[in-house]
Amino acid sequence: MTVASTAHRPRARKIEWRLAAVTDVVTETRAAKTLLLDVPGWPGHRAGQHVDLRLTAEDGYQAQRSYSIASAPEEPHIALSVERLEDGEVSPYLTDVVRAGDRLKIRGPIGGYFVWTVQIGGPLLLIAGGSGIAPLMAMLRHRAIALDRDAASRHRVPTRLLYSVRTPDDVFYRDELARISNDDETVDVAMTFTREAPPGWTGFSRRIDRMMLAEVTWPPTERPQIFVCGPTPFVEAVAATLVELGHDPALVRTERFGRAGGSS
Amino acid sequence: MRSDDLRLDGNAAAGMLSEVFTADLTLARATCATCGMKQELGALITYAHGMGMVIRCSACDGVVLRIARTPTHVCLDLTGAKLVVFAAAAEEHVM
Repeated sequence: MTVASTAHRPRARKIEWRLAAVTDVVTETRAAKTLLLDVPGWPGHRAGQHVDLRLTAEDGYQAQRSYSIASAPEEPHIALSVERLEDGEVSPYLTDVVRAGDRLKIRGPIGGYFVWTVQIGGPLLLIAGGSGIAPLMAMLRHRAIALDRDAASRHRVPTRLLYSVRTPDDVFYRDELARISNDDETVDVAMTFTREAPPGWTGFSRRIDRMMLAEVTWPPTERPQIFVCGPTPFVEAVAATLVELGHDPALVRTERFGRAGGSS
Repeated sequence: MRSDDLRLDGNAAAGMLSEVFTADLTLARATCATCGMKQELGALITYAHGMGMVIRCSACDGVVLRIARTPTHVCLDLTGAKLVVFAAAAEEHVM
């Protein structure tokens, strides 16, 4: 067997359950909070990976969900953005009850498939539906920190984010996205509002469709690295349209947020 | 709950598979035992249920992998994957 470069080889190690301490809870939208966690012994992650989070009730009943990590590997805390689902078993507890100082059982980082690092390069095309922005935010944050002040390498990784939300109140990381979009000319952020746009909005105000993707994406010949994350029907519609437009399916990586075992 | 809500990516099974394998199996290339299609497990469609997950081939919809957890055991069925090839752990290749 050929001994290839080990640079991208995962290191074999058992993924263990750890006790994370909540250091802060940040309000993102009416229905979503970001939990900042301090995780002793955290082995580090790559942008796009997730954690499993397990709650145990006093009677021993356990519920487990997966949450994408929204923070960059370079940041000191692990950030998990959680959207409250009204009929959820886990998310209402995380958004409404958990406070700084509480402890949560998590294991991770998990999943090497939906991962982007600056070494992979670009062009980088990120497409988010709703709370599906979380792992893509980790990629944007990682890119911003890893390529800090390095204009040449930023230009080598031109980046576009297409972010679909229902209303202006549903935008996660609003200020940070605006800052990235304003400060870094190599990052374009395009929003589309599917139910209600802000007053005076001149951008997209419909669901992502073929015409929008053709307008926002690079031509398939540029071979952009594409990451699509959101609810299952959203991801499947976007990914299928990208392939119809001629993008190589191998470059279209998807992360579906389902509701069983997903982020409910 | 609509059936769409249960359909995830192979990536979603990574946590459960980590209880069995030290390597990240979602990066492994599996050959479908039904049709011979080779694909990374992380790219395949996963159907998640309370007890476990079923990963299906994107070409023929055949079951490639099933994993379930009972209160006392983890059950893994790989009969749908004729061959699974994944990168060996980096440490083993230090020259």
